[in-house]
Amino acid sequence: MQSTAHAFKSNVGHALADPNLQDSLAKLKVGFSERRRQAAERLPEFEALRDRARDIKNHTLAHLDFYLEEFERKVIALGGKVHWAPTAADALQIISDLCKSVNARTVAKSKSMVAEEIALNEHLEALGIAPIETDLGEYIIQLRNEPPSHIIAPAVHLTKDQVADTFLEHHAKLGFDKRLTERNDLVAEARYVLRQKFLDADVGLTGANFLVAETGSSMLVTNEGNADLSNTLPKMHIVLASIEKVIPTLEDAAVLLRVLARSATGQESSAYTTLNTGPKKREDLDGPEQYHVVLLDNGRSSVLGTEMQEILRCIRCGACMNHCPVYGAVGGHAYGWVYPGPMGAVLTPQLVGVEEASNLPNASTFCGRCESVCPVRIPLPKLMRHWREREFEKHLTPKAVRQGLAVWSFLARRPALYRRLTGIANRVLALFGRADGRYGTLPLAGGWTRFRDFPAPQAGGTFHARWAARRKT
Amino acid sequence: MSDARTQILGGIRRSLRRGELAGEARSAVEARLASPPRGPSVARAQLPQPEKVALFCQWAETLNATVARVGADDVPGEVTAYLARNNLPANVAMAPSPLLEGYDWASQKMLSIRRGRGEGSDQVSVTGAFAGIAETGTVVMASGPDHPVSLNLLPDTHVVVLRESDVVAGYEDVWGRLRERYGKNLMPRTVNTITGPSRTGDIEQAMELGAHGPRRMHILVVRD
Ligand code: SF4
Repeated sequence: MQSTAHAFKSNVGHALADPNLQDSLAKLKVGFSERRRQAAERLPEFEALRDRARDIKNHTLAHLDFYLEEFERKVIALGGKVHWAPTAADALQIISDLCKSVNARTVAKSKSMVAEEIALNEHLEALGIAPIETDLGEYIIQLRNEPPSHIIAPAVHLTKDQVADTFLEHHAKLGFDKRLTERNDLVAEARYVLRQKFLDADVGLTGANFLVAETGSSMLVTNEGNADLSNTLPKMHIVLASIEKVIPTLEDAAVLLRVLARSATGQESSAYTTLNTGPKKREDLDGPEQYHVVLLDNGRSSVLGTEMQEILRCIRCGACMNHCPVYGAVGGHAYGWVYPGPMGAVLTPQLVGVEEASNLPNASTFCGRCESVCPVRIPLPKLMRHWREREFEKHLTPKAVRQGLAVWSFLARRPALYRRLTGIANRVLALFGRADGRYGTLPLAGGWTRFRDFPAPQAGGTFHARWAARRKT
Repeated sequence: MSDARTQILGGIRRSLRRGELAGEARSAVEARLASPPRGPSVARAQLPQPEKVALFCQWAETLNATVARVGADDVPGEVTAYLARNNLPANVAMAPSPLLEGYDWASQKMLSIRRGRGEGSDQVSVTGAFAGIAETGTVVMASGPDHPVSLNLLPDTHVVVLRESDVVAGYEDVWGRLRERYGKNLMPRTVNTITGPSRTGDIEQAMELGAHGPRRMHILVVRD
C-alpha cells in the first residue's frame, strides 16, 4: 500500500471533520476498551501472563534464527514447503508463482496485515488473479476500495448505514436489491455472497498469528471462521507471515492466546483458534493438497539488536490503538499506512522510512496508556521517543522547532539566566492573560492556539520560584 | 531461493552479533524445545473432574453455545429432539467416526444421516470432539478420516458430541493429549479449537453470530 504518512497533518484535518468517523470512534471507548478491562479483571493471572508473554517473545527474538530453522525443518518433514522472502517484492514473486502453478483465477484471502504491507491485492489483480477478502471487515473495505483503519477491525471507521449502502451498490447485481437496515441481515447477506466464492477459490491465503517451531504449525485466531474456510476448501494453502511470528512451542502459544483475545476484543477466547500443519494427509477427507509458508523479513531482521527491537514482540492485538487518545480522535486512515496507532507510529517509520513517516512518532501525547495495556509490555512511548531523537539527528525536525530547542538548551545550561528570563516572561504573560485564565492567540504559538486555548500563568511565579518557596516553608 | 534463506538468517545473526547458535547456548534452547515449560496456570480450571465438566458447560453457555448433559443411550434421541425444538430439518451430515458409530442411530427413524465431509448446502453436522477445555468452554477438533474439517465450518448448525472424560482444564492438557495420540512433534493436518458459534464484531463493534461458520453450536456432554 502506498504510504500517505507524510500527509498526516492534512489527513487529520479530514478525519476530525468527518462525522461518521467521529461517531464510530466514540464507540471504541465503550467497546473494545471497556471489554478488555472486564476480561482482564475476570482473570487474576492476567498480569503474570503478560510478563510471561513478554519473556517468551524476548527469548524467541534472541534465538530467532534457530527457531525459524527449526520451524522450517518441521514443515518440510510433514510435506509442506517454506519460502524465504527478504523483501516485499520477493514475497509477491513467490506468491504469484505459486498461484500460477495451479492456474489460479481466484484467491480466497483471510485478513492479513502482512498482505496489506506488501500490497498483495494490487499485485494479484495486475496479473489477472482475483483476490477475495473474506473477513467481513476486509470485504467491506475491499468493496469500497479503502485501506483498513484498524489492525483487527478494518472497517471500524464505518457506520452500519455506510455498510448498507455499500452492499446495495455491489450486491444489487446479484439479486440483493433491498437496502438492509439491521446488522444481522448485513452479516447474513455477506455470508451468502461469500460462501460460493469460498467453494470456487483455487488458492486460500491466510496470515498467521503464530508459527510454532516445535510442530511446524501455523496458528490462526479468528472469530468468523473465514480463515478456516480459506485454509480448508481450496487445493492450495499459502501462509504469509513475517519472521517474528515464530514462537518456540505449543505451551508458549497457550500463554500468548490467553492474553491476545482478551487484549484485542475483551473476549475470553476468540471463536476459532486453529493449528494447520502440512498439507492434508492421504486418508483425510478434506484439506489442501499443498501447504506453503512464505516467511517475510522486509526490514525486520535489521531491527533486531537495536533500541527498537522491542516492537518485534508485537502480537497485533490492537489494544494500543483502542486506548490511544490520538487514534481515538483521528482514526486509522490518518496514519497513512497499514499500521495505525501507537504500534504503527513505531513500526511505520521502520518499514517505510523515517523521512516519510516522521510525523507519526510525534503524534503522541505520551500519556502512556498504550504501554499500560500492551499484552507483551512494549514501551511504546519510549520507542516513539527514540524515533524523535533519530529524526532530530537526521535534521528532519522543522526549523522553528530546532531553533526553539537550541535556544532552550542554551538557557537550560545556564540556570541563573534561565530563572531570570522565565520569571520576566511569566510576569509579562500574566499581565495579558491572567483575567481570562487563557489566551486565544499568542505570538509564535499559532500552531497551538489555532485549535485550542493556551493556559495563562497564574499568580505565584514560575515552577522554580514556587518550588523554592515551598522548600523554605 | 537458498540465497534468500542465507540472507535472512545471516541478517538476523549479524543483528544479534553472533554466528549460528552453538555449544551450550544451543543445547539450552534445544532442551527448552524438547521439554516445553508451562506458563502460569489458570487457577479457575484446576478442579476435580465433575467440577471441571460443570465449568466447561458454564463457559460454553456464556459464550453462546447450548449444552445438553446426557447419558450415552440418549445421544441419538437428544440430536433428533434438538433439531425438532429448533425447527431444523432431520437431515444431518455426520463425521464417520467410530465414537459416533457407537451410538444407536437406527433408533431414530425420522433422522436421515449422510456420512462424509461437509458440503456447502449442509444445514446440520454432527461430529465428535477430541477434547473440551473447561477454562473457556472450548471444543477441540482434530482432523482425520474420522473427522473432516469442513463439518466444523460449513453447516449452519454444528452438533458436537463430547464425552465428560475428554474435558480437560486448559490448552496445555490438550497439547499433552495430542502428543500422546499422534506422537511428539506430529500433528493432524488441522486442529480447530472452537468457542461457541462463528461471530463477527466488524460492523460497529457489535457481536453478531453466524459470520461464516455455524450460527448455532449445540454440545452434548455425555456421561461416561
Ligand atoms: S504494540 Fe502491544 S498493544 Fe499494540 S498491537 Fe502490538 S501487542 Fe497489541
